[in-house]
Amino acid sequence: MGYTLNFAAVWRNFDRLLEGLGLSLLLAVGAILIGCVLGLVVAFALRAKPLWLRGPAGIYVTAFRNTPILVLILFTYFALPQLGVRLGKIESFVFTLALYSGAYLAEVFRAGLISVPPGMREAGLAIGLSEMQIRTSIVIPIMLRNVLPSLSSTFISLFKDTSLAAAIAVPELTFEARKINVETFRVIETWIVASCLYVATCSVLAAGLRQVERRLAVPR
Amino acid sequence: MDLAFLDQLWLARLPLLRGLGVTVVISALAIAAGTFAGVFVGLALTYGPRPLRWLVRGYTDFVRGTPVLVLVLASFYVLSTIGLQLNAFQAGVLALAVFCSSHVGEIVRGALQAIPAGQSEAAKAIGLTFRQTFIYVLVPQAIRQILPTWVNTAAEMVKASTLLSIIGVGELLLATQEVISRTFMSLPFYFFAGALYFAVNYGIERFGRYVDRKTTVPS
Repeated sequence: MGYTLNFAAVWRNFDRLLEGLGLSLLLAVGAILIGCVLGLVVAFALRAKPLWLRGPAGIYVTAFRNTPILVLILFTYFALPQLGVRLGKIESFVFTLALYSGAYLAEVFRAGLISVPPGMREAGLAIGLSEMQIRTSIVIPIMLRNVLPSLSSTFISLFKDTSLAAAIAVPELTFEARKINVETFRVIETWIVASCLYVATCSVLAAGLRQVERRLAVPR
Repeated sequence: MDLAFLDQLWLARLPLLRGLGVTVVISALAIAAGTFAGVFVGLALTYGPRPLRWLVRGYTDFVRGTPVLVLVLASFYVLSTIGLQLNAFQAGVLALAVFCSSHVGEIVRGALQAIPAGQSEAAKAIGLTFRQTFIYVLVPQAIRQILPTWVNTAAEMVKASTLLSIIGVGELLLATQEVISRTFMSLPFYFFAGALYFAVNYGIERFGRYVDRKTTVPS
């Protein structure tokens, strides 16, 4: 034993950890924004009648939900260039995470779409809205409010998944922590601080999103 | 190109199979240990005295708020610093088991709390002790809730086992990366690894659906 905790080396590099945390958040936000659009489109495709829409959407969701995200990240970053698709580290990571989250969000949205009572659509038809208008101004807003809790838990787990960007050397929180660990040998302190940053951010996000949920909840 | 890949795949069959075996062993160990610990976590969260409950709540919240990769790296680097000499495999399995235990704990707590209070009251009314109530009334109902979600957690653990490649455990992903660094065929080999993981997880998912069907109370 005989290990004395000394946080000085970590505090000296604390700004790097914070910068990493900022990048982590940015990656998660970027991924969920793209993922939401993708998930929404796929959710409607999953509910569509023609097989040429339902089939590919189902394959996409099953494939991405059952493959480890690390394999997807490495595939996009190291294997796609062989097909001529060359992306930067950050773009490649956000792209992968967006596709990954899209698969999860599609399921979330599909469940949300099922929970919108059919009377809403019929009421829309009765006042003469087109199918597209019904979707954009009735079904989607109601569905979004209903799925908000699942949406925020998906966002939080996406934020945690950004740690995997360290595997392709994106300088986010885990990557910076590992670098500080190697540079200063302050092993315990670095990992305590890094995990506390993650936990704190997750709880702040959770609390903030719960406020949003309460504000937007469908009044009963 | 295609034939060259099949050639290399045949050459690499043993390391890849060994990697797949290690992945299965890691996942199985982590799931077994994590489930065992998770049941106690869940019980402590539901029935523990207040100080214990707070302690365990702190543990689960901390573990669930930390990315698995950070748990894996921390377990690998920190434990050896404080004098607990674990190799990469042991440290990795420990991290995954800790992660699994907090998830299983939440599942168990959720299932136990979802049982209507009337059930325990009815058990008390016919004179069952707490132990009897727990074994004959609560557990059979909770199991139905727990099993389908638990199978999903198992699939999560198989996916999380890939993270052990980062600390140098020779599981399927690391074995694949080694083959790629020898052959430079990143596209087909990553695809192959992805397909293997997919096959394993898809099997687990189908099994989960089957369990789900079997355990839902017919209404």
